[in-house]
Order: sequence, then structure tokens, then C-alpha cells
Amino acid sequence: MPATSTANEPAAKATPASTRLRVNPIACSGHGVCAELLPELISLDEWGYPVIADAPVPVSLLKQARRTVTDCPALALTLARRCLPSQAAADR
Amino acid sequence: MHYSSVVLWYTSRATGVVSLVLLTAVVVLGLLVSRQRQLPGLPRFGTVSLHRYLSLLAVGFLAVHIATAVVDSYVSISPIAVVVPFTSAYKPIWLGLGAVSLDLMIAVIGTSLLRARIGRRTWRVVHWLAYGSWPVAIAHGIGSGPDLNSGWLLGLTIASVLAVVAAIGWRIAGALRASPRARLVPDLLATHGAHDPAAIGHRAVMPTEAGQTAQAAYPAKTTALHAKIRAVQQ
Amino acid sequence: MTQRTEDHPRISSPRHQAHPIHQTDQTSQTHHPSQTHHPSQTRLLPPPDQPIIDLDAHLAWFGPLPYRGTPATLIDEVKAAGLTGRGGAAFPVHRKLSAVLASAARNKAARNGRARPIVVGNAAEGEPASAKDKSLLLLAPHLVLDGLQLAAQAVGATEAVLYVGMEPASADWLDGLIGQRQATGLDRAPVRLVAAPPRFIAGQESALVSRISGGPALPMFTPPRVFERGVDGRPTLVQNVETLAHLAQIARYGAAWFRAVGTPDEPGTAIWTLRQADGRVEITEAALGTPVTRLLDLRDTQAVLVGGYHGAWLPAATAAELSLTNAALRPHGAAVGAGVLAALPASRCGLAETARIVRYLALESAGQCGPCRNGLPRIAAALADLATVTPDRPLTDPFIIDDLARWSGLVQRRGACAHPDGTVRLVASALRTFSGEVDAHLLGRCTAASGEPFLPVGPGPVTEKDWR
Repeated sequence: MPATSTANEPAAKATPASTRLRVNPIACSGHGVCAELLPELISLDEWGYPVIADAPVPVSLLKQARRTVTDCPALALTLARRCLPSQAAADR
Repeated sequence: MHYSSVVLWYTSRATGVVSLVLLTAVVVLGLLVSRQRQLPGLPRFGTVSLHRYLSLLAVGFLAVHIATAVVDSYVSISPIAVVVPFTSAYKPIWLGLGAVSLDLMIAVIGTSLLRARIGRRTWRVVHWLAYGSWPVAIAHGIGSGPDLNSGWLLGLTIASVLAVVAAIGWRIAGALRASPRARLVPDLLATHGAHDPAAIGHRAVMPTEAGQTAQAAYPAKTTALHAKIRAVQQ
Repeated sequence: MTQRTEDHPRISSPRHQAHPIHQTDQTSQTHHPSQTHHPSQTRLLPPPDQPIIDLDAHLAWFGPLPYRGTPATLIDEVKAAGLTGRGGAAFPVHRKLSAVLASAARNKAARNGRARPIVVGNAAEGEPASAKDKSLLLLAPHLVLDGLQLAAQAVGATEAVLYVGMEPASADWLDGLIGQRQATGLDRAPVRLVAAPPRFIAGQESALVSRISGGPALPMFTPPRVFERGVDGRPTLVQNVETLAHLAQIARYGAAWFRAVGTPDEPGTAIWTLRQADGRVEITEAALGTPVTRLLDLRDTQAVLVGGYHGAWLPAATAAELSLTNAALRPHGAAVGAGVLAALPASRCGLAETARIVRYLALESAGQCGPCRNGLPRIAAALADLATVTPDRPLTDPFIIDDLARWSGLVQRRGACAHPDGTVRLVASALRTFSGEVDAHLLGRCTAASGEPFLPVGPGPVTEKDWR
């Protein structure tokens, strides 16, 4: 039963309709670089942590999204293809 | 041939110095990024970008520094000795340190170029090698030639060392002062004056009958409350 | 050895219980609660004050342990039975079994050294208000251990772990039982006992995996899910111990028997921790779909906490109309959850109760994720402020409701686990259910007669060691 594909897919495989930006909240230390690089999809909450839009990444922003993932100082961002809608919501 | 050798030799020394200065800046910027600070006037990604671009620039100068040293026939440094430490005919120890520093740098910069593809933990561990690469490079610079031991270049060396030592000291101080993770929530609760659990509930209460009358008297502002709660639940 | 039941709540029989009919069938003479004419609701728990500890007595009462041979037969039976997890998430058990089995097969094909699955029985029970798992282990431990073996066989695991949050004395006793089973050759997969620290989230799936793998009981970022990479990187099946006990009975008596009680969508029984308004704490077993009033005495009750500290408060009048299924509870923002039902006496202050619980929940945050470690303490402090107003010391923050709403929105779905989400669910339900009390407090008054604590909370962790 495949879950979401693991992080760091080469972008060529990611189809626009299903590519989502995700943050690893444990790794994230609130640098805030991501919100500067991708303000269309990422904003910061009042404590400095990223709030990511819950929508697929538009094609026009894919390249910038990939750059944002690479530039996160904590490597906390991933660009992942979603294979299954969250069956992960259960049994957390 | 003697003339071109002198040109090569001076080019190597000059680019070596420039590389060292650039690497000092890279280390200091890296420490700034790790403590989530900005350079004044630059956005946060600017500090990150500068850190990375300067490291690539340093590699460029380093390439010239190494190439000219190898090509120069005045000293015998084989290409192998560039990456395999302590195998050079000329000053094997000091040049060996340069090779060590270069190897570490290749690991650091190589993994950073591929950082989106390797795991987060792997990248972090390798990046720590940078702390080894820089002092080894300084040692290589001081021992390989007389340049850094006198004059304004000595001043440059001292300033570089001071800058890195200060930056590392600042980083360590920050780590020491930071609350351990287990204290983060209790400290925040205390800051907001969260009463200890024994105190919650011990305050002026109204007798039940009076309470019921009072409850009836207060109009329920529940509509607005429910709307807010519904918005949260979405 | 007679198990003393003083250390844990009194076991009560549901009022309508028919004692198990001892049925003899052609193949064996056994005394077990399997019967089709008068399906009993007390299936897991032995008769009150008669724990089944002795292995022979256990096998005599329930029947022999029916190893199946092939995983598929048991998984199909479990699917037909419709067994869902009893740890809080109510996830279909057959899907978990299949997922672990498939993951192990994939790893075997890939030859990556991670083909040996492992099963874990989860009895961490970090919920202070719940005592059902500890009680089950003290009263019918062999059912749980049977289930562990059957689950291991079903996924092809040759090792099992029992993850318990218990005092050392009880854990040692369990270890003895495990040793006894091993010695008689009944257990095919060796069982290892691992202590869970007394943390609220110690039973969370990835925290459990982290602890068993030798680290602290802190949640980890997923993906990968534990059925893919869990303990030591291997496919891991995690099941609550009550779920395993049900599994052990389904394997013996079949899916049709399991479905004889409960509802078509939520079949079977569950064990409930009941906290009555007069202070009595009881453990009982009742079918899903049982009306709340059958279990809780709602006289002198203003509200009922359903599910646990990640559950929801419901007004007593609402609760009185409901039966215990997720289908009935979900429209009211509640769920069966960890099987806790607590009746808040009319004289208490629901806000004070909630403020105390939320303060505990904030302290029990792992502190790994920015939104949770920032949001939960602020929510807790605001609730504490609201709960402790007096006419002389009114609210510090006049925008408290707006702040609570904003922080609640900011912490949901932004952590590595569901701790902030569950906490917000409780807070929102409290503001709804105790809205009259909230109005009074906003004006500096409390209408309750007593601010005394009713529900238990723990002290919270102090150092890193408290997570191991």
C-alpha cells in the first residue's frame, strides 16, 4: 500500500496536478527563507513558521518551488507527488 | 621560463590568499544562517545565497591556486598530491594540509550541490566537516609560504582567524543559552502566567442558586462564539 | 494467584448482561463465551473479580489458540468481522494487516534487508482518564498475548513486542506470564516487553516505534508510515491491546459471532472507562451502539466528556440521546476514541476542568514542532486566565476568544502528530458546551458551586529522560 512518494523526487517525474509542497515540522526551525522565495504559496505565522497553501503547486511555480526546497537551510521542505489522498489521517 | 614560473608562483599565492578570505566569509555567513540572522539590508534568502555563491567563487579561485601551483615547474607538486594528502615532493606536510582541506571542501560543497537528493541527516553531518576544513586551510596557508607571516597579510590572517573564532563563539553562546527542548513549553506557560493546576478553580465562586440566576441573566453571546468556533473547525 | 483488583477501577457488568452460556460443540468441550442464541456483551473481560491469569484456565475458558497457518485466512476473517482498532483511530484492522504483509513482500523482492516484519501490542495508555488497557492486561492477559501471536502469524512476523505503561511490579508479572507461555511452546514468536514512559503521546504510532527502536518516545515525521518502515526500519504492525484481544476471539469463534452484537457498521464490543459523577471509576465492556445512559448515570451531570482528552465535551442532555457509535457521535463533533466516558457533576466548572486538562496537554507536547510548542501553551494560558477570573481580577486579554480561535486555527494539521488537533477539538467542544459558563467568565463571574478538580492530570515531563 504505497503512501506518498518519499521526499526529493527529481522534478521531471512530478506531474503538476498532484505535486504538493510539504514541510517537515520537526526539521523546520522557522528560518523563513521559504516565505521569501515562494510568497505565492508560503506565508509565515505569528511565530515565524511556514503556513503552506493546501493546493497543488501550479506549473508556473514549479521551478521556483524546487529552488525553495533546495534553499531551505534546514532541508525541511519536500516536493512530493501524492499517490493516495490521506489515508494517513487515520491512526496517527 | 623563469619569468612564467614567477608569474605562476605569484598567481598561486595571490589566489590562495583570496580563497582564504572568501572561505572566511563563507564560514562566517554559514554561522549567521545557522543562527537565523540576516545581514542588514538583505532578505533572509540573501544571506543563504551569498553563503553559497561565495563558496562557489572560492572554489574558482582555489582551482586557479591549485592549477598554477601544479603547472609551475619551480616546485614539484604532482596532480595526485592535490587530493591525496602528504604525497607531494615539495613541503609534503604543509601542502598535505592543503589537500586535506580541499578534500573536506569537496565533500561539503559536493553534498551541498546535491542536497535536495541526499537525506537531511547525511547533508548535516557532512556539512560539519566545514569546521575542519577552514582551520586546516589556514594552517596550510601559514606553513606553505612566508606570505602570511608578515606584513599586511599577517594582519589579514589574524583578522580572518578572529572573525571565525568570534562567529563560532557567538554560535556556541547561542546554543548554550537556548532552553533545552523539554523546557520550552513550561517556560512559555510561565511567561504567560499560566497558573499552576492547583490554582485553577480556586477563586471566588457564586453559590449555586445565585449562580443559576446569574446564568439566566447573562444573554448568551453564543451566536458569535459558535461562528468563530465553526471557522476554526473548517 | 488471585489478581487483586484494588489497584485499578472496579469492573462492573453491564446491567443487561447474560452470563456466558457454556456451549458444547461436537469437537470439544470448552467453556467460553461463544454462543449464538444469546450473544453476550461481556466477551473479553472475565466475570467480575475472577481474572483469568492461569494459562490452562485461560485455554479452558476461551479454547485453544487457533494458529491459522496462512495469513490470508485470518485476514479474510478479520475483514469479514469488520474489526476496527480500539486504540482511538478506529482504523480497519484487516487493512493494517494487509499493508504490513505487502510491505514485507516488497522489501523481500527488493532484497533490502528490511523484509522481517514485527508486531507491537500497544498498551501505553498515556491517557490519564483511561484505564481499559491496563485493566485488560491485568484481567485477561492471555487473550492479548494470543492476539499478538495470531497477528504475528498473519503478517509473517517472527518477533513481537508488548509496549506497556505500567509500574515495574505489574510489568514483571506480565514478563512472567510471557515466559510461561514461551516455556510451554504456545508462543511461536518471542515477545519482548518494552516500557512506555508515562507521556500522553507515548502511544502514538511513530513515538512508539522510536521508543522501541531505542530512542525517546517522540513522534517522527511521516512518510514513511510505520507499516513501511517502523521499528529498526522494518514493516511494523501496531495494534492496541484490546484490538488484539478481539482478534484472538475472532480467530476462535469467527466473524459471524463477532458481528452478533454491535451495529452493522461498527460491530462487536468495546471496553469503556466510566467516570461517574459521584467519583466512581468503572471499567465495563459493552457493545458498540449501547446508549450512553446505559453506562453513565447522568443525574447530577452537566456534561459528558466522550473519548478522552482528545475527545469532546457534550451537554448531558445531548449525551442522553446518543448511543456509542462513531456514526452517532460524529455529527456532534465527538467520537468513540479511547473509550472514556466521564460525567462532569453539575456543581463543577467545565472551564476550570478543561483549563487544567489543556495545561496538561500543553506540557505533554513533544516540543518538536514550532506551531504546537508555541500554540498549545498560549491556548492553555488563555483558558487558565478565563477559568480563574474573579470580579476583582477580570480577564487579562479582552480578545481572548479571538485569540483562542486564531491559535486553534494555527496549530491544526501543522504538527508531526495529531496532538495539537486533538487538543483543539477538546477546546472547541468546551467553548460550545460550556458557552453559558464562558459568558459568565467573560464578565468576571463563575456560576459553578465548586472549582475542585474532577478529572486526573499528570505532572508533565521535566527533562529529556522523561521521554524514555
